[in-house]
Amino acid sequence: MAEQDASHGGSVRLEDVAVRFRTRKKDVTALRDVSLDVAEGEFVAIVGPSGCGKSTLLKLVAGLLKPSSGTVRLRGEPVTGPRHDIGYVFQRAALLEWRSARRNILLQAEMRRMPADRARERTAELIAMTGLTGFEDAYPHELSGGMQQRVALCRALLHEPPVLLMDEPFGALDALTREQLNVELNRIWRETRTTVLLVTHSIAEAAYLANRIIVMTDRPGTIAEVIDVGLPDERDYATTMARPEFADATGRIRDLLGAASAAD
Amino acid sequence: MVSQSTTPSVPVAGVAERDRPGAGERVREAVVRSWRPVALLVACLLAWWAITAAKLIKAYLVPSPAKTLQVMGDKTGYLWHHTWVTTYETLLGFVIATVVGVLAAVVMVYSSAVERTLYPVLLFAQVIPKVAIAPLLVVWLGFGLAPKVVVAVLIAFFPVVISMVTGLKAVDPEMIQLSATMGAGPLQTFAKIRFPASLPHLFSGLKVAVTLAVTGAVVGEFVGANEGLGYVIQQANGNLDTPMLFAGLLVMSLIGVVLFVLVEFAEKLLLPWHASRRGTAVTTTY
Ligand SMILES: Nc1ncnc2c1ncn2[C@@H]1O[C@H](COP(=O)(O)OP(=O)(O)O)[C@@H](O)[C@H]1O
Ligand SMILES: [Mg+2]
Repeated sequence: MAEQDASHGGSVRLEDVAVRFRTRKKDVTALRDVSLDVAEGEFVAIVGPSGCGKSTLLKLVAGLLKPSSGTVRLRGEPVTGPRHDIGYVFQRAALLEWRSARRNILLQAEMRRMPADRARERTAELIAMTGLTGFEDAYPHELSGGMQQRVALCRALLHEPPVLLMDEPFGALDALTREQLNVELNRIWRETRTTVLLVTHSIAEAAYLANRIIVMTDRPGTIAEVIDVGLPDERDYATTMARPEFADATGRIRDLLGAASAAD
Repeated sequence: MVSQSTTPSVPVAGVAERDRPGAGERVREAVVRSWRPVALLVACLLAWWAITAAKLIKAYLVPSPAKTLQVMGDKTGYLWHHTWVTTYETLLGFVIATVVGVLAAVVMVYSSAVERTLYPVLLFAQVIPKVAIAPLLVVWLGFGLAPKVVVAVLIAFFPVVISMVTGLKAVDPEMIQLSATMGAGPLQTFAKIRFPASLPHLFSGLKVAVTLAVTGAVVGEFVGANEGLGYVIQQANGNLDTPMLFAGLLVMSLIGVVLFVLVEFAEKLLLPWHASRRGTAVTTTY
C-alpha cells in the first residue's frame, strides 16, 4: 500500500486540501486550496494571523482531522487516521501533573509498549540533550514554563519520530527562554535530521529556524507565499540575526502579514 | 527559573526539603491551621454552657453540656452499639454509591445516548425528597439493613456521578489527541490519562457524598428501625429525654466529621500531586 515515493522524497504532502468546520451556528472554512510539499529532513515554519488554520494544518498531517477535500500524505502513505510516526508538541505543554518529568516523557514509551530498557536509555539521552538534568524527578508544577516545554519536547522525540509537529511550542515563554530553546531546537534538528513543521507567531523564530517559511493569509487560510530562507543549517543566534538573508526573510514576512500582525 | 542547559546537575533547590518538613514544624503548621475552627467550637460550647447555666432555657428543652456528657458516659455501650449500626449503614451506602456512581459516570461520558437517557432519570431521582420515599422503601424492604442503605445510596449517588462526569469531561482535549498520536487505545487513554485526571473532581464529590450518606442512613432509621442513631433519637424524643437526644445528635455529627476527614486523608494519600498544587505555602507570602 505504501508506495515508495522516492521521486518526491516527500515527507509531508498536501494536495488541494480544504477544511470546513460545520457548527450549529455557522460554517467556517478554515483552509482552502492548500498544497504543500515538505522534503525529508526539512524544517518548515508556518506563520499567519490567528485563526487562519495553522493548527488545523498540523492536525491534518497528524491524522487528528480529516480534510473536507483533497489528500494528505505522510511519508508517502495517505493519512487515514491518527498517525503514530510523528511527535507532537502543543503550546501548552500538556503534561500529566501526577507524573514527574521523567515519567511524563516515558508516557510515550508506555503507550507504544516500547522495551523498558530502551525507553529508559533514550529518556536519559533526551534529558541530557535538552538540559533537564537535575529536574528528572520534579513534578510539572515545580518546573518553569521553559522546563515544562522541554519535557514536552523530550516526550515528542522519545520514539525518534521521522516527523515532528510543533504548534506554537514556545508561544507562552519569555523572550530569553524562547531564544535558548530556539538554539537548542536548531541543534536537535541538525543532530536528528527530523522533518519539522513548526507553527509560530514569532517572525524571528521562523526565520532563525526554518529552511522554508509558509506565510498564510487570513481566513479562509490559504498559502500566500513560500519563502526560502537560504541560511546554512548550522546557525549561530547572534550572527544569524545580523545576516542579510535573515533580514530579507523577516522583511518579506512583515510585508505579507502587514504591520498589525507583525508584532511579536 | 532560567534554563541551565550548559551546567548540568543543578540541585533542585527546595524540592527535597519542602516535601519533608520536620515533625516540630508540622505540629506548628497544624496548630496554625486549626486554631480558628477549634476556637469557634469552644466558643459555641461556652455559649451553650452559659445559656443553660443561666437557666435562660428550661432544662428539659436544652440540657446542659455536662448533663449531655454524663449521659454519654453512662450509656456508652448503648450509644456505641447504635453508632456502629449507623456507621455501617453509612459506609455500605457510600461505597455502593461510589462504585455505581463512578461506573455510571464512565458509561455516560463514553456514550452520549446513555447520557441523554440517564441524565433526566438521575435528576428526577435526585429531586424526589428521600424522606418521602423512605416509608415506601420500608414497606418494600422491611425493617432491616436494606432500606437504610438504599436511602444512603440514593442520597449519596448524585454528587458522585456529577463530579465524576465533570472530571472525565474536564480532561485537556489536547492530551487525548496526543494520546492518539502515541498509538494508545481507548483503554490505555482511560487508564493512564482520563481516570487519574478526573480524580480531584471525584474526591470533591466524595466529600459531599459521605456526609450525605450519614443523613441518608439516619432518615432510613427514622422511618422504621430498632437500632441505629436515628432510632436512638426517636426513642429519646418519645421519652422527652433531651440529654440522650443531644448525645445522639452529637455522635451523629461526629460520624460525619470523621468520615469526611478520612476521605480527605485518602485524597491526600492518593493524589499528593493535587494536594501539593493547592499547596500549603510553597514559599512564604506577605
Ligand atoms: N473543532 C472546530 N470546530 C469548529 N471550528 C473550528 C474547530 N477548530 C478550529 N476551528 C476554526 O477554524 C479556524 C482555524 O483554526 P486554527 O487552525 O486553530 O487557527 P490557528 O491555529 O491558525 O490560530 C478558526 O476560525 C477556528 O475557529
Ligand atoms: Mg493555533
